[in-house]
Amino acid sequence: MNQLLATGRKLLGPSREYESRINREQSPARMLLVPISSVIAGSMATSTLPLVAGTPLLPPFGLLILLAWRLMRPGMWPAWIGLPLGLFDDLYNGQPFGSSAFIWSLCIIAVELVDLRGVWRDHMRDWLIAAALIMLALLAGLGISALAQPAPEVSIIVPQIVVSILFYPLAVRLCARLDGWRLAT
Amino acid sequence: MAPPRHRRPGFSRRAQYSLFVTYVLAIAGAVVAGVLLLISIADPKGFAVLRAGAAEVTAPIANGFHAVRRSITDMGENMSAYLDAASQNADLKRQVAANRTKLIQADALRVENRELKMLLNLEQEAGDQVVALGNLVSSTASSSRRIAILSAGSSDGVAPGYPVRAARGLIGRVIETSPNTAKVLLLSDAENVIPVIRVPDGLPALASGLGDGTIMVRPVDLGVNNFKRGQVMTTSGSGGLYPPNIPFAIIVRKTSDGALARPIASAASSEHVIVLKPYQQVAKKVLDEALEALPKSEADE
Repeated sequence: MNQLLATGRKLLGPSREYESRINREQSPARMLLVPISSVIAGSMATSTLPLVAGTPLLPPFGLLILLAWRLMRPGMWPAWIGLPLGLFDDLYNGQPFGSSAFIWSLCIIAVELVDLRGVWRDHMRDWLIAAALIMLALLAGLGISALAQPAPEVSIIVPQIVVSILFYPLAVRLCARLDGWRLAT
Repeated sequence: MAPPRHRRPGFSRRAQYSLFVTYVLAIAGAVVAGVLLLISIADPKGFAVLRAGAAEVTAPIANGFHAVRRSITDMGENMSAYLDAASQNADLKRQVAANRTKLIQADALRVENRELKMLLNLEQEAGDQVVALGNLVSSTASSSRRIAILSAGSSDGVAPGYPVRAARGLIGRVIETSPNTAKVLLLSDAENVIPVIRVPDGLPALASGLGDGTIMVRPVDLGVNNFKRGQVMTTSGSGGLYPPNIPFAIIVRKTSDGALARPIASAASSEHVIVLKPYQQVAKKVLDEALEALPKSEADE
């Protein structure tokens, strides 16, 4: 068990320069579980909110929070994290099963590829990357449901794309707050 | 932010290999997800059990929020009602006057109808078509599918294919069930194609959702497109799934090959909905009773 927690801390903990130097350590469970449970909560939120929507309008909160964590803390998660979290999202999103797992995996791989270009990044650039990925993900979601059954016109998800892109900074704020709480000693 | 340095974890071969393995796993994960996706497109019911379990988890929470949703929906309606109260008042007075004559005509028709039915020895029992009562608690609001979650499930006798209606009109049909919840494909989903008729003259048409809360109505007879704003469509009962004469939609605008309509019963503001039996079973029962009522020699032919 201790071995497992030590591995988890090495994977998900703060990098060395931010490590606590006094003799106190973060709660390992909180450190490991907060990011994962925040994405899971985001996935469940869209089908828990008391809203019977006539149009696709709510942003995909799970994807926003996933991208926020990934862009804010590169290397915190292994690159395959999109598969398990996407499979969970598929339980709730109403799309053909496997569509989120597929799209989220590709999103994480795309961010890895962007990271290959080792340029300095700030919040605006992260937002730009996230905006492109959110737009492609929503369009891909529509395309995938069009493979399975008749789907509506592309134009009806344009408002959802705009709303989702505008929601991204809020997701970053949320993740930053959670991150501070997660790593507090 | 400086570029991340996790890409080269140091000189340790072991660390480098384990990083490489995560990339391999990520790509393998995408492939696995793609295969799952293909399976679920080929067999949409395959993963229904998993999802049904998931809906069971969130339905109680969404049920708790029910009152919040009611008050938010009411707030919007109250505000808009306040804004155009004067013109609405005049409109309503005109409608009341028009309805009074129609009501009298309808009463006469009802009496005539009852006598005709007695003549045919047909008794219509409306009660036994109702399977269950429930609330629409939430929906897949971030997906391009229009699916709502109903708070009644297979333990109440709900099964896939059963039509769902509210007091004001048709809502949709059940596509998946779990013990305490069911997923309802709303009228505005693009997959939901419904045979309808125009109310005064019975012009047959096919309605399909556009995914944004509106419905496209196309007449069955090509070349006849005399839809007008405000005309009412009801279900026709053909196809055997939806019972006939359920209020369906109001025409909003005429288009080049049909008309754009809006559902009469909005899924967002319908508090209670009723799950009905598919019409075919009812129709078959009525037919059997009619055959029994006929004299033997005629029924045999």
